[in-house]
Amino acid sequence: MNAPIPLAELTAGSMNWERGTSRIPFAVYNDPALHKLELQRFFYEKHWCYVGLEAEIPNPGDYKRTEIGERSVILVRALDGVIHVVENACAHRGVAFCRARHGNVQAFVCPYHQWNYALDGRLRGVPMRHGVKREGVVQGGMPADFNFADHGLTRLKVAVRGGVVFASFDHDVESFEDFVGPDVLRYFDRLFDGRKLTILGYNRQRIPGNWKLMQENIKDPYHPGLLHTWFVTFGLWRADNRAQMVMDRHHRHAAMISTRGNAGAVSEVSRVSSFKQTMNLHDPRFLDIVPEAWWNGPTAVMTTLFPSVILQQQVNSVSTRQIVPDGHGHFDFVWTHFGFEDDTPEMTQRRLRQANLFGPAGFVSADDGEVIEFSQQTFDAKPAHRTLVELGGDEVANTDHMVTETLIRGMYRYWREVMAR
Amino acid sequence: MTAAIGFEDWQALTQLYADYAHVVDAGLWEQWPEFFTDDCIYRVQPRENFERGFPLATLSFESKGMLKDRAYGIRETLFHDPYYQRHVVGLPRLLRADEGRFEVEANYAVFRTKLSQITTVYNVGRSLDVVVRTAEGLRFARREFIYDSEMIPNSMIYPL
Repeated sequence: MNAPIPLAELTAGSMNWERGTSRIPFAVYNDPALHKLELQRFFYEKHWCYVGLEAEIPNPGDYKRTEIGERSVILVRALDGVIHVVENACAHRGVAFCRARHGNVQAFVCPYHQWNYALDGRLRGVPMRHGVKREGVVQGGMPADFNFADHGLTRLKVAVRGGVVFASFDHDVESFEDFVGPDVLRYFDRLFDGRKLTILGYNRQRIPGNWKLMQENIKDPYHPGLLHTWFVTFGLWRADNRAQMVMDRHHRHAAMISTRGNAGAVSEVSRVSSFKQTMNLHDPRFLDIVPEAWWNGPTAVMTTLFPSVILQQQVNSVSTRQIVPDGHGHFDFVWTHFGFEDDTPEMTQRRLRQANLFGPAGFVSADDGEVIEFSQQTFDAKPAHRTLVELGGDEVANTDHMVTETLIRGMYRYWREVMAR
Repeated sequence: MTAAIGFEDWQALTQLYADYAHVVDAGLWEQWPEFFTDDCIYRVQPRENFERGFPLATLSFESKGMLKDRAYGIRETLFHDPYYQRHVVGLPRLLRADEGRFEVEANYAVFRTKLSQITTVYNVGRSLDVVVRTAEGLRFARREFIYDSEMIPNSMIYPL
């Protein structure tokens, strides 16, 4: 288990693991060849990746352009209402033909040679397929055996659950439900329980760090009560809150579940410099929290679905956060804030106000991107070194507290299994 | 149609824009809320959300108190890489002038300079503003920065 993995060659001998996965080589974050392999193994095969919400494409013909890994894909509702995901790459010359980010169309047409596709990706028309007649003689044209069925857009396998759409380039992938596993699916279903979603809007940020660091950030219950003053001071997330850390059987996905308590109370967890006992908001509406029936107790559940998305419930603020890698050293982080169809105007307003805590400027999460950037700077400068994630030991197991880095260790146990295949 | 405005009002308006840029570029966060009325709206919103009618904004404040909370956050609660910001603001484009109330649009570009690094274009767009006359002079009742920039380069800590 602790033997160096074969990928050591890829990283000039620096990929040395110690103590299970509690010491992570910096080399996993800064190698372009390793990154390409990760794209293949995690984003393009055997995994489901997030592409969007059904509510983003409510009408026949509606589409949204997005990415899986570093490939451009289109989430589209066909004219019969069925949802498809196709690769944004013309079968002819590879043109990424879809340039708008959203819209409504009857068909996809590549501008280069006007190849025409139905919204499910099937090729429908090829100009000059039968050649062009001049002086009674047909010139050119596609070969007689040109078969439309062989030259459609790449069609992805699609899974829709609770209004959320996932897709996979791999048609042999297990079902979405098996992929997530029952223990984490419970928390997915808690948030996406079948109510229609309403889109509140997007935030987009580019973070100069390896994409895995964002998964790790939301598998790390250690930092929120330390880095984020608002969390510890207002009791939203602190180490003495009631909490559970839950993983799927592969340890790739996780849910961090916490219940608010102890706002302002002084204890050992508040003896940290980020705790501000005297801090009072000039406008308390930022934290006008109203419990909702669907919470069933927990005030925050942060779910990481590996590799592509984070599902956020922090009190009344709910969002999806999509991870779109761009090389080993950058990723785009796309936030989609939403609400539910039965929200009152006051609840919508409340979700929007609490959104000030999250996103690229959020009182809480702006600094997550900052620390990821600073970690990456060291990884690049010192590739033979390693990080240390030993809070709670070096084992990988669910816990009923948050004083642990077990979820990160679990993710790397899975990462090693897949990468060493 | 061009809205009419007297020279004194025009002079006060352009001074307001210049003073605002000075304060947010100099990092005078305690002075920043004082440019606004008590029940002001301050928003920094992606153009995408603005044009599609989505209400979400990157920063969305509804009172001078919220601006004070942000100022406190910058100083005390948000860990961030220090940086300079520099606004270059176009001439205000007057959309409507009523007695003591002006609707104004202005293009802006903000450059960011991190310590030991090269200056980059940080955020570009236009502001949609409502300026009102108060006993203390002109104040913003509403400032909405609608930004073209498709990606925030990591984070946004300081107000535009």
